[in-house]
Amino acid sequence: MCLAVPVQIIEVLPGDEAIAEIAGVKKTISTALIEDVQVGDYVILHVGYALQKIDPEEAQKTIQLFNSQVSA
Amino acid sequence: MQEKKKHYVRPLNIKNGKIEMNYGAGGKASAQLISELFAKYFNNEYLMQGDDGAYLPAAEGHIVMATDSHVVSPIFFSGGDIGSLSVHGTVNDVSVCGAKPLYLSAGFILEEGFPLADLEKIVKSMAEEAKKAGVYIVTGDTKVVEKGKGDGIYINTTGVGVVPKGIHLSGANCKPGDVIAVSGDIGDHGIAIMSQRANLGFETEIQSDSASLNSMTEALVKEIPSLRCMRDPTRGGLGTTLNELATQSKVGMKIEEAKIPVKEQVTAACEFLGLDPLFVANEGKLIAICGPEDAEKMLEIMRANPLGKNAQIIGTCVEDENCFVQMETPFGGTRMVDWLSGEQLPRIC
Amino acid sequence: MKYISEYRDSAIAKEITKKIAEEVRPERTYRLMEFCGGHTHVLSRYGLENILPKNVEMIHGPGCPVCVMPIGRIDSAIELAVKHHVILCTYADTMRVPASGGISMMKAKAQGADIRMVYSVSDAYKIAKENPDKEVVFFAIGFETTTPPTAVVLKQAKAENIKNFSVFCNHVLTPAAMKHILNNPNGVKIDGIVGPAHVSTIIGSDPYKELAEKYKKSVVVAGFEPLDMLQAILMLIRQINDGRAEVENEFIRAVKPEGNVKAINLMKEVFDIRDSFEWRGLSSVPYSALKLSEDYAFFDAEKRFDLPYRRVPDNKACECGAILRGEKHPSDCRAFGTVCTPETPIGSCMVSSEGACAAYYTYGRRTKK
Repeated sequence: MCLAVPVQIIEVLPGDEAIAEIAGVKKTISTALIEDVQVGDYVILHVGYALQKIDPEEAQKTIQLFNSQVSA
Repeated sequence: MQEKKKHYVRPLNIKNGKIEMNYGAGGKASAQLISELFAKYFNNEYLMQGDDGAYLPAAEGHIVMATDSHVVSPIFFSGGDIGSLSVHGTVNDVSVCGAKPLYLSAGFILEEGFPLADLEKIVKSMAEEAKKAGVYIVTGDTKVVEKGKGDGIYINTTGVGVVPKGIHLSGANCKPGDVIAVSGDIGDHGIAIMSQRANLGFETEIQSDSASLNSMTEALVKEIPSLRCMRDPTRGGLGTTLNELATQSKVGMKIEEAKIPVKEQVTAACEFLGLDPLFVANEGKLIAICGPEDAEKMLEIMRANPLGKNAQIIGTCVEDENCFVQMETPFGGTRMVDWLSGEQLPRIC
Repeated sequence: MKYISEYRDSAIAKEITKKIAEEVRPERTYRLMEFCGGHTHVLSRYGLENILPKNVEMIHGPGCPVCVMPIGRIDSAIELAVKHHVILCTYADTMRVPASGGISMMKAKAQGADIRMVYSVSDAYKIAKENPDKEVVFFAIGFETTTPPTAVVLKQAKAENIKNFSVFCNHVLTPAAMKHILNNPNGVKIDGIVGPAHVSTIIGSDPYKELAEKYKKSVVVAGFEPLDMLQAILMLIRQINDGRAEVENEFIRAVKPEGNVKAINLMKEVFDIRDSFEWRGLSSVPYSALKLSEDYAFFDAEKRFDLPYRRVPDNKACECGAILRGEKHPSDCRAFGTVCTPETPIGSCMVSSEGACAAYYTYGRRTKK
């Protein structure tokens, strides 16, 4: 299992490519493995390819789950 | 009567000219290169003596000498170039020994075909940085190798400085209880260089932190009586340097991850590549270790210097016969910070 | 950094750890295998193992594609560069793995072989297009996370009719490896499995159902950050306490039950499953690895070049096999830390940044004295 990093799409390019960014660091990546990429989407990036979109609602649910563990 | 015509020497074509083999041969071409490029920018009374070696004034106190060779690629990068790096590197090596750096030598190995315009940029940059640091480049040498036998340009700089009486810093001086501080954000230089390597293809605004630290070291030497040692974490990064010091002093170290200053962009770039910022090179930072009684003052002095605004105390030396450097993670767990085994490579896994 | 920092919050980590300590039953041990090397790395890097209760034991699984690569396959890769004079492109992870005769790809490169480290398979493809008169081979490794990118590039190569590019395929499959470990009656006893994060974004959480249903193991797919792992461990402990063997998904923000269908279909188009494949430490595992399909045979380096496979036994002192199967701990290996160190590795568990031995040596060996 592999080193992958969540990045944000800041520009969609022709030919299944996009510019992704994390904390000011930019990289051109391939979006050939996912559908319907929009600027502002977050994706998981691995070896230059976006593997899957990050679902912001589910991400929020996870954070809420963590917080609910905090003892009363 | 005819006046003897003044011998005309066509000036170097800096704009479009290239280094040729005869520039390293010691004859007229070499002399021209020296006068129109090196001496022009490095201009000082010692260099102008024009002898094989420079006669320098006597100095009081112990002499410190350090040398560094520079082979960085790319030679021009965000925040500096091989020239500025060669000045900073040696000034820092002399300074962290507690000495006031005074004079530098500069040896160049140039590849046939290297553009004179690039050489001029580099030499200018060296002159500027030497001036900022208050050091003179007093002697030098130039050799030229055939095309294909060099990487454009290699520079060696050797520096000498003088240590004030009574000061003897050493990596072997540290004792359990001593406090460790770093002068600012780590990893900038390594990431800046890597971002310009084509095959890694990422863009960042991170600039190399390459800088001369002698104003900071001089203040520390003057004001911190219990200063044990200073060192600049260049190749191998903070992690490797801490291990070197721990082993030399035969102590262990306990540092706190949460206290180590790192820019967010550097962390992000490291995430991209699977690198650990602890092992990424720095060229404008130093580690200083002193007795616990002077810790606050040491931090104050670092932060008062423009290059030390983000200085932090990161840990302490401890009793440990294994000389381990251990780091407390923000989660309360502990992990080892081990020597770097070879060069860090980007990873996929 | 979004989607990273909030999953590394140390205050929350302390709370989840507290909950784990409250909910473990003191009379039993919880043996949890984190399959994936990336998760092993997270455990070590954040020092998680020493904040978990003593009766929660993390067993390191074989999810490190470099560690499970048999020596013979690395030999073949080196052979491609040295004997067949190709430009061999590889991810950096494999560069230092020791192969036969004390050679590694790093050493072969120093001796003149044209071996190039690439960040992405698309870089290898670019090199092929830029060097039309040389053969370029991509050394493909990795689980299902890394496989789809290889598939994308192969499809491109076919469409663009690039003749000098080929792939030496060593892609392996996660569920098959997991089953193989659980199938072993003499193997390590496991109560629960922390499922891989990024592999699961591709294959989904459904493939693990068999592990729960047939093998009665609790499974929680965990994200890649330390809070994800701690949360997943808590969920596993709850399952085990309740006597449940289900597949739960902690990584809901990126893993769907069906996974990434586009990527899965692409893999099916470009690859076929090999009947069996040798895994270091696991010996031969059926249906556990991929080869190029008939349609893509032209790009198969094993067909294009004469590359006989020679099985090479591991060094006698090397316990990589037992460690990969979760049966032994790095400190149980005689060679660990003495003859075998990251500078002078004997086996790939020490060289690979995800290997249990490397992680333990680099991060943890002293604290667990």
